[in-house]
Amino acid sequence: MYVTGPSAFMTPAVSFKQVSRHFGSVKAVDAVDLDIAEGEFFAMLGPSGSGKTTCLRLIAGFEQPTSGRIEIFGSRAEGVPPYRRNVNTVFQDYALFPHLNVLDNVSYGLMVKGIGKAERHREAEAALELVKLPGYGARRPGQLSGGQRQRVALARALVNRPKVLLLDEPLGALDLKLRENMQEELKSLQKSLGITFVFVTHDQGEALSMANRIAVFNNGRIMQVGSPEDIYQRPDTRFVADFVGSSNVLPPDFVARHGGARRWASLRPEAVRIAEGAAGALAATVVSRSYLGGATRLGLDVEGQRINALLPAGHALPGEGQSVQIGFAPGDLHLMDDAQ
Amino acid sequence: MRSDHPSAPLGLKIAAGAGLLFLHVPLLLIFVYAFTTEEKSYQWPPPGLTTQWFAVTWNRPDVWQALGLSVQVAAISTLIAIVLGTLCAAAISSTKFFGRETISLLVILPIALPGIITGIALRSAFSLAEIPFSMWTIILGHATFCVVVVYNNAVARFRRISGSLVEASMDLGADGFQTFRHVILPNIGTALVAGGMLAFALSFDEVIVTTFTAGQQQTLPIWMLEELVRPRQRPVTNVVAMIVVLVTLLPIFAAYYLTRDGDQIAGSGK
Amino acid sequence: MSTAAAVRGTPTGSAILPDRGGLSGALSDIFWRRPKLLLFLMLLPPVLWLGIVYLGSLFALLLQSFFSIDEFSGLINRQFTFKTYGELLLPSNLDIIVRTVVMAALVTIASAIVAFPIAYYAARYARGRWKALFYIGIMLPLWSSYLVKIYAWKLILAKEGILTWFFGKLHLLWLIDAWLSLPIVGGNSLSVSFTGTFIVFVYVWLPFMILPVQASLERVPTNLVEASSDLGATPGQTFRNVLFPLALPGIVAGSIFTFSLTLGDYIIPQIIGTSRLFIGQAVYAHQGTAGNIPLAAAFTVVPIVVMGFYLWGAKRMGAFDAL
Repeated sequence: MYVTGPSAFMTPAVSFKQVSRHFGSVKAVDAVDLDIAEGEFFAMLGPSGSGKTTCLRLIAGFEQPTSGRIEIFGSRAEGVPPYRRNVNTVFQDYALFPHLNVLDNVSYGLMVKGIGKAERHREAEAALELVKLPGYGARRPGQLSGGQRQRVALARALVNRPKVLLLDEPLGALDLKLRENMQEELKSLQKSLGITFVFVTHDQGEALSMANRIAVFNNGRIMQVGSPEDIYQRPDTRFVADFVGSSNVLPPDFVARHGGARRWASLRPEAVRIAEGAAGALAATVVSRSYLGGATRLGLDVEGQRINALLPAGHALPGEGQSVQIGFAPGDLHLMDDAQ
Repeated sequence: MRSDHPSAPLGLKIAAGAGLLFLHVPLLLIFVYAFTTEEKSYQWPPPGLTTQWFAVTWNRPDVWQALGLSVQVAAISTLIAIVLGTLCAAAISSTKFFGRETISLLVILPIALPGIITGIALRSAFSLAEIPFSMWTIILGHATFCVVVVYNNAVARFRRISGSLVEASMDLGADGFQTFRHVILPNIGTALVAGGMLAFALSFDEVIVTTFTAGQQQTLPIWMLEELVRPRQRPVTNVVAMIVVLVTLLPIFAAYYLTRDGDQIAGSGK
Repeated sequence: MSTAAAVRGTPTGSAILPDRGGLSGALSDIFWRRPKLLLFLMLLPPVLWLGIVYLGSLFALLLQSFFSIDEFSGLINRQFTFKTYGELLLPSNLDIIVRTVVMAALVTIASAIVAFPIAYYAARYARGRWKALFYIGIMLPLWSSYLVKIYAWKLILAKEGILTWFFGKLHLLWLIDAWLSLPIVGGNSLSVSFTGTFIVFVYVWLPFMILPVQASLERVPTNLVEASSDLGATPGQTFRNVLFPLALPGIVAGSIFTFSLTLGDYIIPQIIGTSRLFIGQAVYAHQGTAGNIPLAAAFTVVPIVVMGFYLWGAKRMGAFDAL
C-alpha cells in the first residue's frame, strides 16, 4: 500500500522540513526532514531520549520548533496552538479527566466546540461502540482497567474526526496479552477509518507488526525511514541494525574475510544455521544457550567475534562449551553505508 | 512474617493516650463551664448547671457586634486569600522559573515569623503612611497571613493534577479559558474550598496581629482577650468560648472531608 | 461497519482550524504564545500584595529600629543610630531576652517528648479508622481557638479550679504547695507562675510538633525497626540508634514552630504568668503605652535573628523535607 512512501504529487499529511527543537544546549530534535502520507500508519521508533516523542509533540502543537517548517495537510503549523489543530492525541498515561464520567470524557472535544448535548452524547456513544465499550458511558475513569482506559482515550480522540491521530507509546502500560490484542485492533481500526495514525514506540516488535512505514530515531535525528522489511532486512546503519531486532553487527575485517567487501555489515541471528561439514562452514564455540520457547538463542564465538544465532525449536542443539560449525547465505550479509 | 497489625507496647499506648487526653480534656472543660451557675470564680466542680447564660449572651449587643465584625473580616480576607493564593500556586506549579523559591518563601514568611512581628510591622507602616484604623486595616493583615493556607492546599492539589490533563484538554480543542473552566477549576475546586475554610477559621480566631491593626473595632477574639484580662461577666465569656470552639470546628471537619483522599490539610499552614 | 461510518466522515474540514475570534479567543492565543506573560500576570497580584503590604511593613519596622527616642521630649529622633540596639544590652532587657529564649527551648524539648509517643503511635500502629481518628484528634486542638485554649487553662489552673480539686481528692495538695514554694518556677498559684506559662505554651504548640514528627516517622520503613530488633538491639537501643535519628528532621521541623511561636507570643504570659516580661510583652509595652517604637522594633529583630540562625541550622539538618 504505502510501502513505497508518499507519492510526489500528493500533499503529505505531515511534513517536516529541517525541523529542530533545542532545549538549551540539548538538541532534542535536530534538522529532521520527514513526510508522512495521508492514510498511513506511521511509527516513530527509537530509544528514550531519541527525539521521537518531541516530534509527536511538535505535530500536536505542545512544542514549537526552534527552527524549520512543519506543515499539516499543506497548512503551516508553527505558531498554531494545539486547540486549533485538527489533530488529536492518545496520551501515554491516557490523561482521562478524573472528574468526568466516560461519556463526558469522550464528548469533551465536541462540548468545547459548542455542539449540543444530545448530539455530542450520541456521537460519543458511537465512538465508544467503535472501541468496543458500549454502555460504559456512566462509569468513572477510576473504575476502569488499564485496557479500558486506553480504549476510552482512543474514543475521546477519534470522536473529533482528526485529520491525524497521534499515539504516544499507546500500549506501553498494558500487559503482554492485552498488548497483542490491541495491536491488531488498532491496525484494523486504522484501516477502516482511513485516518493517518502516527505512533511513537520504543518497542521494535510493535513498530514492525503495526506500521506501514517506520522512522528510526537516534540522538534527535532520523537514522532511516522505510517499510518494516526495509528497516529489518536492510538497515542503513549499525545503530538501526542493532536497535531493530538485535542483529549481529560485524566489523569490516570480519566481513572481508567471509565473502564481503571491507565494510560494516549486519547479519540477522535467524540467518545463522548450524552447518556441520558444509563447505565454507565456520568453526564456532557455544558460549551461551537460552531457551526462548519457540526458538533457542545461541551465543557463539567465531574467531573472537561474538555472533548470536536464533534456531527454531525442534533442532538437536549443542550445549555450552561445545564446538560447532556454522554457516549463512552470502546474501544475508547486509553491507551498511557508514560507521555510525 | 509478622502480622500486618502489630500491637503497640503498653507503655507506648499509655503515653500516646495520655498525650491525646492532655490535648482534648481542656477543650471539653469549656463545654462544662458554659453551663455552670457559678458567676464569680472558676470553681470546680460546678455548684449547679443552668442554660440561662445562653439567653444572657444572646441579649448582649457587644457580643453580636464583635461576632458580626469577625465574620465580615474573615469572609473578605478569605476571598482575597483565595484569589491571591490560587494565582500564586498556579504560577509556582505551572513552570520552573527564576525566583520561584523566593516567591514561595515570601508566601510562607507571614506565618513563619512570630505574629507579633507582622502585627507591629503593619502598625508602624499604617502610622507612617497615616492610614486610619478601620475594618480594612484588620483585613489587610488577615489576608496577608491567610494566603499561605489557600496556597498550601492549592499547591498540593496542582501537584496531583497531571500536566497531561491540561495538554489533553487543549489537544481536544479547548482554549486556555475553556481548559481553566472545564478541567482545572473542577479539579482544584475542593482544595480551594478546603483552603478557604481553613483561612476563614484562621482569620476568625486571630488575635495577635489584630490587636495591632484594629483601632476601636472589636473582633470576637479581641472581645475575648479583653474579658480574659479584665473579666466583667465570666459566664458570658464561658458561653462565647464554647461557641467559638464550635464555629471553628465546623470548617475543620468540612475541610478534612473535602481533602481526605490524597492531600493533607495544610496543618503547618496555621 | 456502521459505527465506523458514524465516526469517520473524515476528509472534510481543514487540518488547521481558523481563529475563533472574540476577546477570549484572542487572549487565549496571546497567552499560549507568550506563557511568560501569563506567568507574570498571575504572579503580579500576590507579589504586589505581599511585597508592598508585608515586606514594606517589615522594612519600615526595621528602619525604625535604627532611630532612637529622645529621653526628655519622648519624641522619635529620625537619625540613623545603633543606640537603640545598645539599649537591648541593658541588664533588664537582656534578662527578658534570656528568659524568653530559655522558655522557648524548654517548651520545645517538652513538646518533643510529649509529641513523640503520639506521633509514633499514629504513624506506626494506627490503621484505617483509627488513623483518621488520630488525625482529627490532632487537627482539632491545632485549629481550635487559641484564646479559648488559653482560657481553658485559666479555668484549670485557677486556685478553685479542677487541678486543685483533683490533687485534693488524691490528698496530694502538699505536692502543689511544695512545687509553688520553689524559687523561679513557683509563685502564689499555678496560674501566676512560670510553671503555668510553661504548661500552656506546651499545650498550645504541641500539635505543631506532632504533625511533622509523624510525617517523618511515616517515612521510616517498619522493617528497619524489625531489622534492628532482629539484630539483637533492645527497644532502648533501637530508639536511640534507629528511630530517633530518623525522626530528628521531623522534630527539628516541629521545633521551628514551637520555638518561633514561643519567642513571639505575648498573650500567654500576660494571662497566665508572672509580672516578669517576655520579648513579646516587651514589644507590646514599648510600642503601646511607652510609645518607644524604636526599642520595640529593635526587640522584634531579636526573634528574627534567632529564628534566622535556627532556620539556617534546621535547613542543614534537612528539616524542611519533613514539613
